[in-house]
Amino acid sequence: MREITPDVLGDIALGAAILGTGGGGDPHIGRLLAEESLREYGPVRLTPLDELPPDAAVLPVALMGAPTVMVEKLPSIEEIGLAARTLADYLGRELTHIACAEAGGVNSLIPVAAAAQLGLPLVDADGMGRAFPEIQMTLPTLYDVRATPMAIADEKGNRAVLDTVDNRWAERLARSATVDMGCSASISSYAMTGQQAREALVPGTLSLCAELGRLVRDARAEHTDPVDAVVSRLTGRRLFTGKVVDVSRRTVTGFARGDARLAGTDAHSGTELLLRFQNEHLVAERDGTVLVSVPDLICVLENDSGEAVTTESLRYGQRVAVIAAPADPRWHSPAGLEVAGPRYFGYDIDPVRATQ
Amino acid sequence: MRIGIDVGGTNTDAVLLDEARVLAAVKVNTTEDVTSGIVSAIDGLQRQHAFDPAGVQAVMIGTTHFINALVEARRLAPTAAVRLSLPAGRSLPPMVSWPERLVDAVAGRSYLCHGGHEFDGRHISDLDEDELRKAADDMGRAGTRSVAITSVFSPVNHEFEQRAAELIAAELPDVAISLSHEIGRIGLLERENATIINAALRELAAGIVDGLAQSVTGAGITAPLYLSQNDGTLMDVDFARRYPVATFASGPTNSMRGAAVLSGLDTCAVVDVGGTTSDVGVLNQGFPREATTAVSVAGIRTNFRMPDVLSIGIGGGSLVQGEPAEVAVGPESVGYQLTSRALVFGGDTLTATDIAVAAGRAEIGDADRVRHLAPALVRAAMERIAADATDAVERMRTSAEPLPVVAVGGGSMLLPDEMFEPGDVRRPEHYAVANAIGAAIAQIGGEVDRVYAIEPGQRDSVVDEAKQEALDRAVAAGASPSTVEIVDFDEVPIPYLPGNATRIRAKAVGDLQLGR
Repeated sequence: MREITPDVLGDIALGAAILGTGGGGDPHIGRLLAEESLREYGPVRLTPLDELPPDAAVLPVALMGAPTVMVEKLPSIEEIGLAARTLADYLGRELTHIACAEAGGVNSLIPVAAAAQLGLPLVDADGMGRAFPEIQMTLPTLYDVRATPMAIADEKGNRAVLDTVDNRWAERLARSATVDMGCSASISSYAMTGQQAREALVPGTLSLCAELGRLVRDARAEHTDPVDAVVSRLTGRRLFTGKVVDVSRRTVTGFARGDARLAGTDAHSGTELLLRFQNEHLVAERDGTVLVSVPDLICVLENDSGEAVTTESLRYGQRVAVIAAPADPRWHSPAGLEVAGPRYFGYDIDPVRATQ
Repeated sequence: MRIGIDVGGTNTDAVLLDEARVLAAVKVNTTEDVTSGIVSAIDGLQRQHAFDPAGVQAVMIGTTHFINALVEARRLAPTAAVRLSLPAGRSLPPMVSWPERLVDAVAGRSYLCHGGHEFDGRHISDLDEDELRKAADDMGRAGTRSVAITSVFSPVNHEFEQRAAELIAAELPDVAISLSHEIGRIGLLERENATIINAALRELAAGIVDGLAQSVTGAGITAPLYLSQNDGTLMDVDFARRYPVATFASGPTNSMRGAAVLSGLDTCAVVDVGGTTSDVGVLNQGFPREATTAVSVAGIRTNFRMPDVLSIGIGGGSLVQGEPAEVAVGPESVGYQLTSRALVFGGDTLTATDIAVAAGRAEIGDADRVRHLAPALVRAAMERIAADATDAVERMRTSAEPLPVVAVGGGSMLLPDEMFEPGDVRRPEHYAVANAIGAAIAQIGGEVDRVYAIEPGQRDSVVDEAKQEALDRAVAAGASPSTVEIVDFDEVPIPYLPGNATRIRAKAVGDLQLGR
């Protein structure tokens, strides 16, 4: 894929919801914003990571806030572009490329809208290879790329630039500003040179989203199993097939945490799977044994359609397949695990890998 | 006694019930004007089981009229959408992803104005009254006859929607106004879409509801008239005039609820076989399972409560084509022309109905006209139908547990006697009028869907408050207080917000209080 045109957005949205691992927000709004932007400003060129010039000036952009707010107070294309422009001004640099901070959920498509509005190419890569809930949870953090200076903008035109002592502080202060801005804001963060981006980003993730979407769509049309198609493309495995029998949620320090219990059907009849989530799915357990944990991907798909089910829309009675897929291997380094391993999320366990 | 009537695209079904006992049941053709079909259905009931019109306590009508009007894009009022959101929401204006045909059909105009709330109740911006007056002035000149007003987070706080309605009504006293917080849930575009659809149907609704009321009073019945809603509950005629969109999915809901009563099963799969399609749904504790995702109606994404229904292109009028080895049934159909085009009625088109007659499963029309059909073709077509219907039910099941299947609708003789185990397909008595029975037994509901800020230790009292409000709303709408109960409750914390903001949905339902 060398160009993003309106006809590929549906596939990207479908695939991004899968890489969202239950979080990342409903890509629908991102898709509509990207569609409007492409209609207004024309297609967006996609630059493969290995073709990125080393001296390129790359800015990842994203929306920060609550998905429930995003579907009510709709973000605008201008607001998304404004964060990137504000940061470029602050840095005193001419931007050359826009990038995705995360490949899962709504934030895979928001940068498309920004790139179209700013007339810049988009890098076919992202900072996570999936979705994670906090700003410092990116691979660039592991390469000592700083999350700040970071620009944050809202729909009213309010802008702020944060310059913090580390990436955790960036997360904390940006979160407060986001809440004051109405719990939905656009951010631009992790300014990088092309050289840094080539080292730190996960290559090909936008193409991967589009490919996953197309695989699911094709499987449905050909009446083959879309879940199998996703598992095979992600070189993952099917953990469980079952039905949601209980979902309990609670809010802890601003995040929606919860557990979902699934009763097995078909080959898993008679067994139960427990999913623990904080926006994203973090741990899958069967009979007290952890089958897979972060940083690897745990995705819940509707059994028939292959459509991703977000943790917010998990509901009693849904028939789902739970799959596990490996994260970018760098997440399993000691530094990676410190940022996004199970212990960071409060689970006192060693990570269990999808391929284990 | 009560009368239930279901006005479908092809047939109007009516039943006379004494409690749950069916005293009379009739099926007549739906007429262009709707009302004369209802008059002849009520006459039919009278002929089958003479009754005193004054003894009828309530009349419940389910109609697909409004959804059909939208799908066919006919008789929609020139409509304007007003969104109170600026400076937010500019990039995705009202009707942004609508099919162009429907935007044209409602002569859709949109006005983005200042207003709206943040998640925590702050104003995004204050209402600009001059801006709204100017918009009203523009609407007046453009011939707008119905207005849909949507404000950001209005399910949490609807003050702006109400104030905007007052301002517009002052300028344009003759237009109908629909407010989004009364129609949909959180999710601005979907709620706004449902509100615009509602607004576009307001004029048609007034006419249809008047016609329905006249046809009932014309039969000497003085009892109150109700229309059934998507969730299987009832609304009175004034409500129907204001919220036609709430009738959209009442057809499948009524047939499922009717199937539950007729079969005595409150947890089952229901297959309703009509002329063109079969609808498959699942009943849980007597109520249809609701779709959890946004539902598209005529290509428009909405978020009001709809039953989770899978439609397949098999019905009594389905065309049967090809050789036995690869016979195709549907999705093309002769539809309402069944009685002139099917072989058994002297026509020249091989339909699923002809196959059922040839297989000895139905006695309709002239069986001699299908005697020439090859037994292998008849068998293959019946097997094709059985396989497709079984697959649809399988897709709707949510567990491997056996789920009994109830077959209803005029075309249900097409279905096999078993799908997953011997004899699990039930065809209850009066199966052909299940939807009219579903309308007749509908209940009254009340609902709350709001974001609450829950102070520490206050969760229980907030939950109680929300549930009580749903109960009160059901009683206010006419439910008998002794029967009303909470049937659905959902609590979802909103991430990243301080103060434990939690979205709570509660729904209460009770029996209609008769003879108030």
